Amino acid sequence: MIHSLFLINASGDIFLEKHWKSAVSRSVCDYFFEAQERASEAENVPPVIPTPHHCLLSVYRHKIFFVAVIQSEVPPLFVIEFLHRVVDTFQDYFGVCSEVMIKDNVVVVYEVLEEMLDNGFPLATESNILKELIKPPTILRTVVNTITGSTNVGDQLPTGQLSVVPWRRTGVKYTNNEAYFDVIEEIDAIIDKSGSTITAEIQGVIDACVKLTGMPDLTLSFMNPRLLDDVSFHPCVRFKRWESERILSFIPPDGNFRLLSYHVSAQNLVAIPVYVKHNISFRDSSSLGRFEITVGPKQTMGKTIEGVMVTSQMPKGVLNMSLTPSQGTHIFDPVTKLLSWDVGKINPQKLPSLKGSMNLQAGTSKPDENPTINLQFKIQQLAISGMSLRPQPIPQLMIPIRCIRSSFIQTRGPPESPCREVPGERRAAGHQAVPAGAEPAQPRPLGAGDPDHEEAEPSQRGGCPRCSRGNAEACTQ
Amino acid sequence: MLESSKDSAKLDAMKRIVGMIAKGKNASELFPAVVKNVASKNIEIKKLVYVYLMRYAEEQQDLALLSISTFQRALKDPNQLIRASALRVLSSIRVPIIVPIMMLAIKEASSDLSPYVRKNAAHAIQKLYSLDPEQKEMLIEVIEKLLKDRSTLVAGSVVMAFEEVCPDRIDLIHKNYRKLCNLLVDVEEWGQVVIIHMLTRYARTQFVSPWKTDDDVVEEYNENNFYESDGEQKEKDRNVKKTYTMDPDHRLLLRNTKPLLQSRNAAVVMAVAQLYWHLAPKSEAGIVSKSLVRLLRSNREVQYIVLQNIATMSIQRKGMFEPYLKSFYVRSTDPTMIKTLKLEILTNLANEANISTLLREFQTYVKSQDKQFAAATIQAIGRCATNITEVTDTCLNGLVCLLSNRDETVVAESVVVIKKLLQTQPAHHGEIIKHMAKLLDNITVPVARASILWLIGEYCERVPKIAPDVLRKTAKSFTNEDDLVKLQILNLGAKLYLTNSKQTKLLTQYVLNLGKYDQSYDIRDRTRFIRQLIVPNEKSGALSKYAKKIFLAQKPAPLLESPFKDRDHFQLGTLSHTLNSRATGYLELSDWPDVAPDPAVRNVEVAESAKEWTAILGKTKKEKPTEKFYSESEEEEDESASTGATESESGSESEKEDKEEGSSDESSGSSSSSEESSDSESDSKESTAKKTSGAVKESNAEESKKKAKGISKNRNTSSSSDTESSSSEGSSSDSKSVSDSRSDSDSGKSGSATSSKKEEKTAQDRKTPSKQDVFLLDLDDFYPVTTPVAVPTAAVLSPSLTADLEGLSLSGSSVIDVTTQVFVPTKTHEMLHRMTGKGLSAHYHFSRQPDMFGDHMVPVQVTVTNTTDQKIENIHIGEKKLPLGMRIHEFNPIECLEPGGSVTVSMGIDFCDSTQTASFQLCTKDDHFNVNIQPPVGELLLPVTMSEKDFKKEQGMLTGMNETSATIAVAPQNSTSLVIIEKVVKAANLGVVPSGQDNIHRFAAKTVHSGSLMLVTVELKESSTAQLIINTEKTVIGSVLLRELKPVLSQG
Repeated sequence: MIHSLFLINASGDIFLEKHWKSAVSRSVCDYFFEAQERASEAENVPPVIPTPHHCLLSVYRHKIFFVAVIQSEVPPLFVIEFLHRVVDTFQDYFGVCSEVMIKDNVVVVYEVLEEMLDNGFPLATESNILKELIKPPTILRTVVNTITGSTNVGDQLPTGQLSVVPWRRTGVKYTNNEAYFDVIEEIDAIIDKSGSTITAEIQGVIDACVKLTGMPDLTLSFMNPRLLDDVSFHPCVRFKRWESERILSFIPPDGNFRLLSYHVSAQNLVAIPVYVKHNISFRDSSSLGRFEITVGPKQTMGKTIEGVMVTSQMPKGVLNMSLTPSQGTHIFDPVTKLLSWDVGKINPQKLPSLKGSMNLQAGTSKPDENPTINLQFKIQQLAISGMSLRPQPIPQLMIPIRCIRSSFIQTRGPPESPCREVPGERRAAGHQAVPAGAEPAQPRPLGAGDPDHEEAEPSQRGGCPRCSRGNAEACTQ
Repeated sequence: MLESSKDSAKLDAMKRIVGMIAKGKNASELFPAVVKNVASKNIEIKKLVYVYLMRYAEEQQDLALLSISTFQRALKDPNQLIRASALRVLSSIRVPIIVPIMMLAIKEASSDLSPYVRKNAAHAIQKLYSLDPEQKEMLIEVIEKLLKDRSTLVAGSVVMAFEEVCPDRIDLIHKNYRKLCNLLVDVEEWGQVVIIHMLTRYARTQFVSPWKTDDDVVEEYNENNFYESDGEQKEKDRNVKKTYTMDPDHRLLLRNTKPLLQSRNAAVVMAVAQLYWHLAPKSEAGIVSKSLVRLLRSNREVQYIVLQNIATMSIQRKGMFEPYLKSFYVRSTDPTMIKTLKLEILTNLANEANISTLLREFQTYVKSQDKQFAAATIQAIGRCATNITEVTDTCLNGLVCLLSNRDETVVAESVVVIKKLLQTQPAHHGEIIKHMAKLLDNITVPVARASILWLIGEYCERVPKIAPDVLRKTAKSFTNEDDLVKLQILNLGAKLYLTNSKQTKLLTQYVLNLGKYDQSYDIRDRTRFIRQLIVPNEKSGALSKYAKKIFLAQKPAPLLESPFKDRDHFQLGTLSHTLNSRATGYLELSDWPDVAPDPAVRNVEVAESAKEWTAILGKTKKEKPTEKFYSESEEEEDESASTGATESESGSESEKEDKEEGSSDESSGSSSSSEESSDSESDSKESTAKKTSGAVKESNAEESKKKAKGISKNRNTSSSSDTESSSSEGSSSDSKSVSDSRSDSDSGKSGSATSSKKEEKTAQDRKTPSKQDVFLLDLDDFYPVTTPVAVPTAAVLSPSLTADLEGLSLSGSSVIDVTTQVFVPTKTHEMLHRMTGKGLSAHYHFSRQPDMFGDHMVPVQVTVTNTTDQKIENIHIGEKKLPLGMRIHEFNPIECLEPGGSVTVSMGIDFCDSTQTASFQLCTKDDHFNVNIQPPVGELLLPVTMSEKDFKKEQGMLTGMNETSATIAVAPQNSTSLVIIEKVVKAANLGVVPSGQDNIHRFAAKTVHSGSLMLVTVELKESSTAQLIINTEKTVIGSVLLRELKPVLSQG
């Protein structure tokens, strides 16, 4: 199974190593560096790198490569999934998972890793259990420890490890019993230049923050469970009950966790709540190009669109851009040719736009590809799929729970950078008219492009609203 | 800082050291200082020391041994977390010398009450195996035992161990198959992955292929059968009969894994997907695709692996993923490798219906700024064009358009693809070829140039005007071309020479001349070859006639295939599949068997065993507990078998045990009953038969079987030694059973079992109460069991310890083995009278159990009774007044003793081979009493077995000073050999040595403390006298023993 783990930062230094079996020389990472060099971007480093004696499986998150060394056959997803779990655990422990943080807490990191794997096989990966075994460092505890000499290490086996509900610790007590459920949906769409949707998918998750005393047994049901095409659950959810009644019944872990993630079938037509108007043109003769985009709302059910962010990878020929936004700020990086425009909120009365001109490299012909525009946005309190939870009373709970009705829950993006799943995209843009190289035979474009367009129109839009609606459960007694 | 007395300083130091380890700096010089802290009370320091040990123990083996005793102590800690972590560390320090200790620890932990500890034991199996593969056989035994465990915590780990150690022992799975299937959902997710992979392999060997049936209709019937009522089912069954019916176990597996598709863990989903792919009927495999598509929403790395697997699947069964076509559309934010994989899948999924949308999609990809991806797209278009004939022309046109692209890589790729396409359609593509000839001026990429030249050469007859012109141009630039292009120029020249020699003769010869002096020998070779072949000269062979045929033969079109085509022989979801090469430890998925092996092997036979049970119950009452207890202590049977007379007694006794068994099982969350009983069924049947026939003699066959199966277990569970002792007591004459099962060398049969039953009975009567107590103790886990605790001061394993270990680890080959006591004295000695003890009374007796507390300790069992009417609390040992060198291993304090209750505890005393008294204080919560224990000399010995030959050899070395002898008168009733043996072993803890002569009896032992041999010979002479000879280095003990043995034999 997993032999060793190396953490490598962006500049290629190994700043932590941990071995579960005999030590593997860190020279094994040379193969990794080689692959890293070959791949232009960190993203492109292959996750599986074979070497003569070992195999390196890596995960890239938070600008850190987590490289696991394995020696024999093992399902690669097993390792990858585990590495992700390690990252999640670090994040859970330290708030952020960064090189500095790991270096500062190297002892805790080591202790945690020690508990997570035994001889390369996962031992305890539930954060509830780990936190009982090794308490996460807080300032208060550090102070207390230095004074009293007590330690961060629990000396009793967490009861959860043995029980049938390994994810929950026992003896949980809260004075305020509360539970929050955030529904976060992401829409992922590819839109062509004329504005019609090529694909759109909705992916949703329900993140929960449950702080309840004792061993609560919760049930949740949906107003419209049919919407959910494909679901995956936290292990606490009783699958049988879902199969038969479409009700979520579970004993929740303590604290934050992801209850389920679901997929809304692509067959249902998805209304994209934003649109982008664009007018980008390059002229053959001059070294100037025109650039204009406008973003506007569409079918938002009265909710505001926030956090709008537009990015576009400009063609290589673009030297610089002089643009004026009607709102927000924009940056154009002349090296990577990446234009990004932080729009902020969309005011339906005054649509944000970005206008200006582009400086093109003189002498070269105009670029033949159209830039793709990516758009990300957020809408609070709107589940784009129409999914909603039905509050359920909590039965069999000894201690009465205070009623909480959370009318609003702050959306929290997924742990990853929020733009991960956000492509909006392009469409089959009209084919460029003839290039300079004069050729009598006029080639026809592959598909049905519209050949008379003089100018390529890039296109775009799409986006990912993420919406949330909170729903708290009510109480009995 | 490590030497500091303060924990905080030590902790700080350890933290720094761990920091060094983490950074990869060498911290091994600190080993001696660190290892000292292994016994630290502070749990964090301890943990950090463990971390350190695991890292460096392998490099500093000698010093690492210092820490072992700490782990051994911790293995007996009441806190399961500490037991488990001790086992983890012990098994993680890769020091070969401790293999036997590890082995014992694993065995012991595998029957621990805590499933957490058992889980760790399963992990330790793998570690031990990688350290010393020799142990395989014994480890398999442990695996077999753990596989029966019903705890979900253990299941994953033990299957992992199984996969590592003995993946080919599929027979071990049979009995556990259904249980594993049913538990699967509750196992933790990592275990699920491993179990699913294992079950996939298993199922491939055990069930027949569900794929043979051609039509899905049959499948449907099967499906229905499963859910519909009996009547209908029968009807349908008749229809289905002649075709394939799925084994219910096969169905069970599929049904139980299905919910796991909903797991949040990608590895589990993938594992289930591959299981369905490899095992499910083709019509059902489709359900996995939805879940796999869902995984595409997670991290980049997960996507990568999943897409690879989908790519393989989509080649074979397009239908599975067709509905999800759009999910594979490439996003501009995807990394290149994901893009290419998606493209691959899209290409695999292309068919007549969706090709037009796909091509439109491809069109956008071609314009991507990621050139590598654009090139891959062009190849994909090429593949679609060859696969789907309707669109070939459209594709070709599209590709030709791309030739005018400004990006060179795109153009080059198009040229190559067009070349391949044209080759498959050698029709009339003159126009395209002309167009490409024109491109030659602009394209610089060698592959593309070579492709164009090849095309022109191949179809030179179709473009008669252009071809020579092209040759002219290239001849001019010949010297600057890439090798690849040069070769094609030569080919072109040769072809033109053959078809159009008028125009091109000179040109060709010019090219050939250039080639002759080229730097590359490949080109020079080719030039020479072509020249000989085409240029007619006097020597030209027969071949030149065929030159035209050779050069302008019809060439078969290349096949455009998916690079994932050849991956399907690897099991999906494995590393080997990802790498497309065998990884070490990859286990081939076998083909379906033609005929399914007997499904009955998986029957756990709950029903059947129940029936048998009742039958047994009907017969004799006491058999029930026997059977149940069987797996734990096989020797038990001997007892109940031989003491047929004491039925009720042993019945009640084992009922007690039964209860304990039950309770222990309960705590481990399972009821042992059906499983264990069915396992030991065959054995118990055998023994049942014996019982009914009332045979006391043991057949050798059974004996040897026990040896194979049970001995190791018996030796290690403390209870076993008790049962052994009782068995030997029960049939004291049958004393060979113990020694026999100990070592092969011993074969002395002690004649017929004719001992008086009365004696037995009384013995048993007396014994019973104390025995119950002993069992109670077992439950409490007091007994540190047989692992010899290394003396903390000893830096390295002392030779005697090693010898002990060897003796314990089943090797019957060493010359002198420590054996278990042949007899347990029933005589108790008073330690504290209830009057002097204010109501607390204490008795002790010598239990003669070897290796209880270490190899120098004499085990003593103390029975404490409360005769007052109040609770007595906190009974423990207080101040000790011991002679020099003597040590006491205290018993664990008794927290509370109820009025009228009594508790037996064991302690160990190292008497230093002397008969001096050990005095100490027995304290209660508010009082203390001085007590003494004085050992009879016979208790200072440990019995050993050896062959007669060895005995004589040893005896020969211990003559003269070391020999004491006496002639005694033997009472007439003592003259039979059986009685003599019985009496001697009663008096002293001696082992019986087989003797060839009837009148000579030999006994051997060694002293507990120093391990020196003690050889006793009793030689019967005429007229009821006997010579008693004792040979030993310890002459003092020898003479005392002589003195004690004398009356034993002379009295009646």
